[in-house]
Amino acid sequence: MNAPTDPTLLERTSALQGMGDSRLRKEDARFIQGKGNYVDDIKMAGMLHMDIVRSPYAHARIRSIDKSEALKIPGVIAVLTADDLKPLKLHWMPTLAGDVAAVLADEKVHFQMQEVAVVIAEDRYAAADGVEAVIVEYEELPVVIDPFEALKPDAPVLREDLAGKTSGAHGPREHHNHIFTWDAGDKDAADAAFAAAPVTVKEHIFYPRVHPCPLETCGCVASFDPIRGELTTYITSQAPHVVRTVVSLLSGIPESKVRIISPDIGGGFGNKVGIYPGYVCAIVSSIVLGKPVKWVEDRIENISSTAFARDYHMDGELAATADGKITGLRVNVVADHGAFDACADPTKFPAGLFHIVSGSYDIPAAHASVKGVYTNKAPGGVAYRCSFRVTEAVYLIERMVDVLAQKLNIDKAEIRERNFIRKEQFPYTSAFGFEYDSGDYHTALHKVLNACDYKGLREEQAAKRADPNCPTLMGIGLVSFTEVVGAGPSKMCDILGVGMFDSCEIRVHPTGSALARMGTITQGQGHQTTYAQIIATELGIPSEVIQVEEGDTSTAPYGLGTYGSRSTPVAGAAIAMAARKIHAKARKIAAHLLEVNENDLDWEIDRFNVKGDPTKHKTMKDIAWSAYNNVPAGLEPGLEAVHYYDPPNFTFPFGIYLCVVDIDRGTGETKVRRFYALDDCGTRINPMIIEGQIHGGLTEGYAVAMGQQMPFDAQGNLLGNTLMDYFLPTAVETPHWETDHTVTPSPHHPIGAKGVAESPHVGSIPTFTSAVVDAFAHLGVTNMTMPHNAYRVWQQLKASGVAL
Amino acid sequence: MIPPAFDYHAPKSVGEAIALLGSLGSDAKLLAGGHSLLPMMKLRFAQPAHLIDLNRIDELRGICEEGETICIGAMTVENDLIASSLLQEKCGLLPAAAKQIADPQVRNRGTIGGDIAHGDPANDHPALALALDATLVVRGPAGERRIKAEDFFLGTYMTALAEDEILVGLRVPALAHGTGWAYEKLKRKTGDWATAGAAVVLRLDGGVVSHIRIGLTNLAATALRAAGAEDVLRGHPLTEATIQAAADAAMAVCDPSDDLRGDREYKTAMAGQMVKRALHAAAARCH
Amino acid sequence: MAKKLVTLKVNGRTHEKAVEPRTLLVHFLREELNLTGAHIGCETSHCGACTVDIDGHSVKACTHLAVQCEGSDVLTVEGLANAGVLHAVQEGFYKEHGLQCGFCTPGMLVRAYRFLHENPNPTEDEIRHGMSGNLCRCTGYQNIIKAVQYAARQLQQAAVAHKEAA
Repeated sequence: MNAPTDPTLLERTSALQGMGDSRLRKEDARFIQGKGNYVDDIKMAGMLHMDIVRSPYAHARIRSIDKSEALKIPGVIAVLTADDLKPLKLHWMPTLAGDVAAVLADEKVHFQMQEVAVVIAEDRYAAADGVEAVIVEYEELPVVIDPFEALKPDAPVLREDLAGKTSGAHGPREHHNHIFTWDAGDKDAADAAFAAAPVTVKEHIFYPRVHPCPLETCGCVASFDPIRGELTTYITSQAPHVVRTVVSLLSGIPESKVRIISPDIGGGFGNKVGIYPGYVCAIVSSIVLGKPVKWVEDRIENISSTAFARDYHMDGELAATADGKITGLRVNVVADHGAFDACADPTKFPAGLFHIVSGSYDIPAAHASVKGVYTNKAPGGVAYRCSFRVTEAVYLIERMVDVLAQKLNIDKAEIRERNFIRKEQFPYTSAFGFEYDSGDYHTALHKVLNACDYKGLREEQAAKRADPNCPTLMGIGLVSFTEVVGAGPSKMCDILGVGMFDSCEIRVHPTGSALARMGTITQGQGHQTTYAQIIATELGIPSEVIQVEEGDTSTAPYGLGTYGSRSTPVAGAAIAMAARKIHAKARKIAAHLLEVNENDLDWEIDRFNVKGDPTKHKTMKDIAWSAYNNVPAGLEPGLEAVHYYDPPNFTFPFGIYLCVVDIDRGTGETKVRRFYALDDCGTRINPMIIEGQIHGGLTEGYAVAMGQQMPFDAQGNLLGNTLMDYFLPTAVETPHWETDHTVTPSPHHPIGAKGVAESPHVGSIPTFTSAVVDAFAHLGVTNMTMPHNAYRVWQQLKASGVAL
Repeated sequence: MIPPAFDYHAPKSVGEAIALLGSLGSDAKLLAGGHSLLPMMKLRFAQPAHLIDLNRIDELRGICEEGETICIGAMTVENDLIASSLLQEKCGLLPAAAKQIADPQVRNRGTIGGDIAHGDPANDHPALALALDATLVVRGPAGERRIKAEDFFLGTYMTALAEDEILVGLRVPALAHGTGWAYEKLKRKTGDWATAGAAVVLRLDGGVVSHIRIGLTNLAATALRAAGAEDVLRGHPLTEATIQAAADAAMAVCDPSDDLRGDREYKTAMAGQMVKRALHAAAARCH
Repeated sequence: MAKKLVTLKVNGRTHEKAVEPRTLLVHFLREELNLTGAHIGCETSHCGACTVDIDGHSVKACTHLAVQCEGSDVLTVEGLANAGVLHAVQEGFYKEHGLQCGFCTPGMLVRAYRFLHENPNPTEDEIRHGMSGNLCRCTGYQNIIKAVQYAARQLQQAAVAHKEAA
């Protein structure tokens, strides 16, 4: 959509603050005055507090649980264990990945900090005292924390509840700790390509376990009204409708009597998609006690027990010509899912969208295989701004392209250019069957290389390498990623059987303002602001008077929630489509009011003009009023629409990131000298908000690549599960970010938008690794496992003989 | 997140605090800045039945001069060390080092006395006290005693402070004009404890080291004085060779534990790095 | 463990309440006084989401007991605006997109408020260090820096105007 040049038209367009406007945020007013409404802010009359007794052991039998001391504590009302949930058949619950997970440990515990019992008390201090007083006797069992050890024939049996089950939700199980094996692509074609290739490279790439760690932990306030038989639950959930459906199925309460409300959420990042035992126990407690029950976890609980991310052990291989043209890709992955497969993946994809692993490259033959394994660690795997394993996939391919470049002594930018899918090839069907909607990688790459004087950087690096006294090692990281987001077409994508469409309902009022509700839920992405902008442009109503609501399942149309960067691609499309239904009706009303044929009208910014006579026009505001008292025969009064959008395809945002680092040879500390991020998310709704999302995603990526880790010792103890050790950078460590963009709209999306929030996280992490490894590349180093903290980098300095 | 229940006392004088400590005994803990003790209590690692809050005792705060000695009250907070023009002028090491401790909010509460009395080898002030040749002033039912810093730190969470005594202040010799100093603290991020820290106080006379004291943070069960490294430098010029020799000598006395900041090998090597950088920085300040 | 009576001023209003000694100030503010602006993001005093202003100093309310506030003057985010007029730091965060999910924001604002009193004309590096006790997961801090710079300019201008008027 081109911006008008006529000043009055320009003025009318700006007045809308619609698409493309860096409109300031509607949300901010309450947050900057401390009037947000987060779960822990919610108080209800008679509300009780719940706290959780957790296992100190990673693998143990529960011999006994003694509630008696806890029940003596003043204020403690009840203590529940698995035995109390058994009659309700709620001691286990289904996961989103087709497995089952314990709600409260039933006879044994499978990971450290697993939920064993809950204490309900009159206030949170008494609940905490109660937790300390519950006495649990454990009998320790041998612990398995390594998925390769877990697959050995004599490995301890972790899931006794699955004994004898030779197949799971995703096919046959080949071992008692095996979950699934999932394949994509064409193995024969890939093998043939490798057999014929003059050049092959292979690298083991481990993507360690990390945790999304949003600043607000998980929690809920469950309130069952015994008189009405209605359950209301405020919950930190990125998918409130899914929660409602699941809660209804688990509890037997009809969905119409279950109301789930996601209020303000203090960051999600995929940590708040799954249904945790704490939620289930709070709901059960509320039903049993007939009072509201609040549960809010601590930080240590959050890091130790809620949805982790990654833990993918990947073997990557590329086949290529002597010129570095890639002819084949093979990837084998061992995926450590922890004790239960609780991954929030679309049902048919136990490895998420990992098969985007052919990346931005035109690779004719490819095969990927992922093997899921149980270990004695917290359950999960899909989280942390990852778009269903796209973080892992992009990491793998970008590392492998660097490895190939190094082997052939071809510049890392050059090899990418040689292998990019070309602009003319879009829409492009990859060897894994994804149909990439649009892209122009070459333009983006050149823009970044020029902006950063790539040539000059390589010259500087060469000079520094030639100087043995240089106190630093300089590295240049380059990544050209393509993401797949916007899950997704319901024939392929469903969560527990519910198709991954999304929805929007818009109601225009007689006086020209509007109220719109969607099936997604913002956790900081600014939907209240950006969604209104879409409607403003579609309908010519100022975004300032468009009220956006999400998160209350009793009022919002059914949606699958916000994660995997799906809001703009799916709900954003639903918004445009709903608006267009209103627009079409408005045209009819305008024609009626102006006494012309519909086809004799031109839409211009905020009004319909009679063709050739713009003095005769009706604004959307005029039409809104008329909708309630003067509509043409055969049309209902009112001006509203609802649209459920089933996307025809995913969307494929992409980017080129370049990073320059200087590594201190004395300490191993890495200074990020420069980070240049060019993103293409198609149509840009609010540039200010996009830039904010990029800053945030890059900072998360920096944290993952440079410091975050979840180390387990041999007993399965999670070390470093507080913010003392779990690396969340402050303003001091965080680099300065430079952002840039190109615009390649998605041809299948009603407004051409692709979604962007996860790109900076997905793309930056391999960029940092690329830069750090590049600093050592002249010494023969081809890969380094994250995190690249000073200690680990120093070990590489030492191993390479260049530590000072 | 929730500490266990306790009784709270807020004495208005040192005498009152000592009396309380005496009567409550090992059931009581002193509350200074609270940013070591309260987190431990919130995680229920410490469960004292009584807290004796020292924050209402004005006598314990403040920085003043007594001839060539600077007297710092034990309850002086880090931000006050940073802001003190007296310290900036006469003992620049302390304000500069305090800036590297924790974060701005914690520095409004964390006290120099608490940092020292806790006996935590990860805290910074012990090594600074060693480098500054500070004397700790301690008061108990039997009266006041003065203990040299090098005699104060006995082991992890163990100091020369008796159970019925309170640390009331530090006495630090004002640095002679022309003294160089530095505190080099390697950390994973701002606010973290040291992976390795080196405090140096240095004087050069005619190109030769006339005064040198080196304190090391978080490299053993207590803060360390790198006496061997000092001996290598005393009476000699500062050259790449002597600086390296000092670093080697400092590394030789380190006995760090493996943790998420690094293993023994790394931490020891970093001790060497921090000593070298501190010596260079201190030398640059000498005149 | 007997309750203690504590009298303190919060945002200009005096309160007298009986509290357990172990009651953390952050819980006192949120539960007793219904001032839910200060948030809890950790239990190890790292995140700063609970930052308030006590007697002119930035303090993490999660590591301070309510009983320690006897006679104190406490300012929370709810007290920053003056008769409906936003403080410069609040305006800055709004104008410069210095917040996304909003969870760290009250702590950031109350700290920025005090920081600019301590250092009215800070460099970018000083702002980064001055705000290093407050963690954010959404913004990457870049716009927070701009927000503080915006507020610094506004406050300087107001100070100049005030001087000229006097």
